[in-house]
Amino acid sequence: MNALKESMQAFDINSIRKDFPILNETVHGKTLVYLDNAATTQKPEQVIEAMNAYYRHTNSNIHRGVHLLSEKATQQYEEARKKVARFIGAPKTQEIIFTRGTTDAINLLAASFGKKHIQAGDEILISAMEHHSNIVPWQMMCEERKAVLKVVPIDDDGSLNMEAFEQLLSEKTKLVAIVHVSNSLGTINPVKDIIQKAHAKNIPVLLDGAQAVQHLPVNVQELDCDFYAFSGHKLFGPTGVGVLYGKESWLKDLPPYQGGGDMILNVTFEKTTYNELPYKFEAGTPAIAEVIGLGAAIDYISGIGMKQIETRESELLAYAMKRIAAIPRVTIIGTAAHKSSVVSFVVDGVHPHDMGTILDREGIAIRTGHHCTQPVMKRFGIPATSRVSLAFYNTEEELDTCVKAIEKAIQLFV
Amino acid sequence: MSELNELYQQVILDHNKNPRNYGALKPCTHFSEGFNPLCGDHFDIYAVMDGDTIKDISFEGSGCAISKSSASIMTSLVKGKTKAEAETMIEQFQDLVTMPMDQQPDEDKLGKLAVFAGVREFPARIKCASLAWHTLKAAIEQQPKAISTE
Repeated sequence: MNALKESMQAFDINSIRKDFPILNETVHGKTLVYLDNAATTQKPEQVIEAMNAYYRHTNSNIHRGVHLLSEKATQQYEEARKKVARFIGAPKTQEIIFTRGTTDAINLLAASFGKKHIQAGDEILISAMEHHSNIVPWQMMCEERKAVLKVVPIDDDGSLNMEAFEQLLSEKTKLVAIVHVSNSLGTINPVKDIIQKAHAKNIPVLLDGAQAVQHLPVNVQELDCDFYAFSGHKLFGPTGVGVLYGKESWLKDLPPYQGGGDMILNVTFEKTTYNELPYKFEAGTPAIAEVIGLGAAIDYISGIGMKQIETRESELLAYAMKRIAAIPRVTIIGTAAHKSSVVSFVVDGVHPHDMGTILDREGIAIRTGHHCTQPVMKRFGIPATSRVSLAFYNTEEELDTCVKAIEKAIQLFV
Repeated sequence: MSELNELYQQVILDHNKNPRNYGALKPCTHFSEGFNPLCGDHFDIYAVMDGDTIKDISFEGSGCAISKSSASIMTSLVKGKTKAEAETMIEQFQDLVTMPMDQQPDEDKLGKLAVFAGVREFPARIKCASLAWHTLKAAIEQQPKAISTE
């Protein structure tokens, strides 16, 4: 209890909010209430400043120049890689591949893994709650290699049907690709269990962690996942950068995704020798400032502590669920026992798009639509939802403002 | 709040709650399916044409208040009109919702259509208002494929 008290004391919401300059913005004359964190998170001063400082003082290309700036830039870029490795508990720095984002990471894996390991008739197992970015790359690969995409169904509360999962794991399954935390339902999947069951049949597992790393402590060694993908911009860092973690034992044998500079050791017109990990997968000049920004974001949230963030956000989520569920005519979509930071809802008589417009005029940013999870919408028989998604800098007062605006919208339309 | 009131005028709220000409019209001579992949709005337009005249028209589907009321008002306006008259209305509507804010729409000429002038303040919602009109155009010109406003 004392430890908890201490940890909550360390969580100083006022000073945290001061770190995010955008939270002072006014929108349509109202103070911004930003509740669209699952789409992208806001950036603390520390991240903005790290990128600013890079362009002002260090900007240079990496892994090439002998001059001081290039050495400094290389050092900062590689330092960020170490930060990422520590942040997700990766045993080796070379297991961290920088990509453009989660989508890019999954496309990389689908293309590369497909080329090496997938034959006609093989199966890839995903779930019905995947973001389009963990559906379409596998679909494209399956089509190309005449493989089959299998889908684990979800239950009415938005949790994964584990019975079906076990039944769908077959000798033909070559990879399981599952979302860690659902972006439209908030469900936290039982990933440890999923990984154990897949590994029992020697099937590797990719986790899409785009909605997980910013909300929960993630340790890839404890999870024992084979691959893990996430985005920088949902982790309080910049857009344009993401990460694919892969166990070295898998990555070393996978063919490169893209060809170009930096991913080679030697090029002749007859034959090219590919570079070692992770550079084999990082063709071309990467997003250097963004990688450095991501490193600064990781420093920032590590300073608060992921455990603290998880604790604070579960309080906020419980409050949001309770307040929004209590509004007449509202149905919450996604009520799994293990949830994180997302409240998706529909209102009888008010279309999500109209809800979004009304809330926007009150200064409240939420997401409305299918959230790039059209199969989830189909599963629940709805065209779209309104989605409130939280970050640790949100407050109960902001949620009160949001609830009031939702009630106002209902009054207008019903 | 005034821009919001401008967008969600009583007429629009009324047509949203009590849509006119709603439901499949079978048999029909013309049909088209309109779909907005970004927000999931989806409306089917059914028309019975007698020569060049739109004798009867209806719509069915789901969407936000703006797209639904736009479909409802549109069907009321074009019923009994000729194809050419409907096409003029489609153009007028398109001009109205894309007209710069500092220009005053000609309310006498536009009649009931003028209630959609407020959509201009909300660029993200223009495609909602336009969906049914694009779909109508496709239906009466008989382009037999799904129409998208994206």
